Amino acid sequence: MTVLLVALGAAVGAPLRYLADRLVQSRHESSFPWGTFTVNVVGSALLGFLAALPAGEGFTALGGIGFCGALTTYSTFGYETLRLAENGARTLAFLNVAASVAAGLGAAYCGMALASAI
Amino acid sequence: MPDAAEPRRPPVALPVDPDVDLHVPAQRAELARAPWTTLGAVSAGGVVGALARHGLAAAWPHPPGGFGWAIFAVNVTGCLLIGVLMVVITEVRQAHPLTRPFLGVGVLGGFTTFSTYVLEAQAALDAGAPRTALAYLAGTALAALAAVVTGVRVTRRLAGRAGTRRTADQGER
Repeated sequence: MTVLLVALGAAVGAPLRYLADRLVQSRHESSFPWGTFTVNVVGSALLGFLAALPAGEGFTALGGIGFCGALTTYSTFGYETLRLAENGARTLAFLNVAASVAAGLGAAYCGMALASAI
Repeated sequence: MPDAAEPRRPPVALPVDPDVDLHVPAQRAELARAPWTTLGAVSAGGVVGALARHGLAAAWPHPPGGFGWAIFAVNVTGCLLIGVLMVVITEVRQAHPLTRPFLGVGVLGGFTTFSTYVLEAQAALDAGAPRTALAYLAGTALAALAAVVTGVRVTRRLAGRAGTRRTADQGER
């Protein structure tokens, strides 16, 4: 059952990341990878929120492991950071890592605070 | 870092965003051309990747607040493989249009995760282990970047060698 819920969450999370990335790119011309940054921060906020809820195992599998896990990505993040560095934008590459981690942590704490408040 | 032994770059440049780069005409058009096939490939790949991650995480548990070795390994491996994949489909051979959506966006994107990485670091912080949190955050980032570089370089080198051999074979005929 857990496996099915993880699969279901991921089946929605992964294409949503793809669509969000396209949307951000089409609206925002920049060498900074805002699309991936956005899904990673939003996914971290959501996972923080879910982690603080008194949720059951099924809910965690569907929303946390499946959906948030597939919505966010490390491979794209790592690859984009390398490409930025290779293209001569080393400061942007470093900023991408620092800002993603800082914003991700901040977002997760905000998600938790929100869950505890309601 | 420039590497003198590295073969010269082919004219096709690697895209910056491996998931989708709207500067690449074929990628810009893929959603309009085949919306359901593209999204279906991403979705199916995401399921495969997430299940693999879930399986590894379940088989390799860690105490709450400890170093999350399973997700560390998942993220670093995924980064190595995206480096390999992008070189293969951009520089080595003409890939099927669904290869990138399925393998790159789907499987590797679904396999690796940023949200769990952040939450595991946060759990270590909350458990009063800031050093573990920092080691996990920085260690994953450094190892992941090294893995992408390794994936890209090793694949280029192997492809370059195979390409030279092919050219030599053709020359003999």
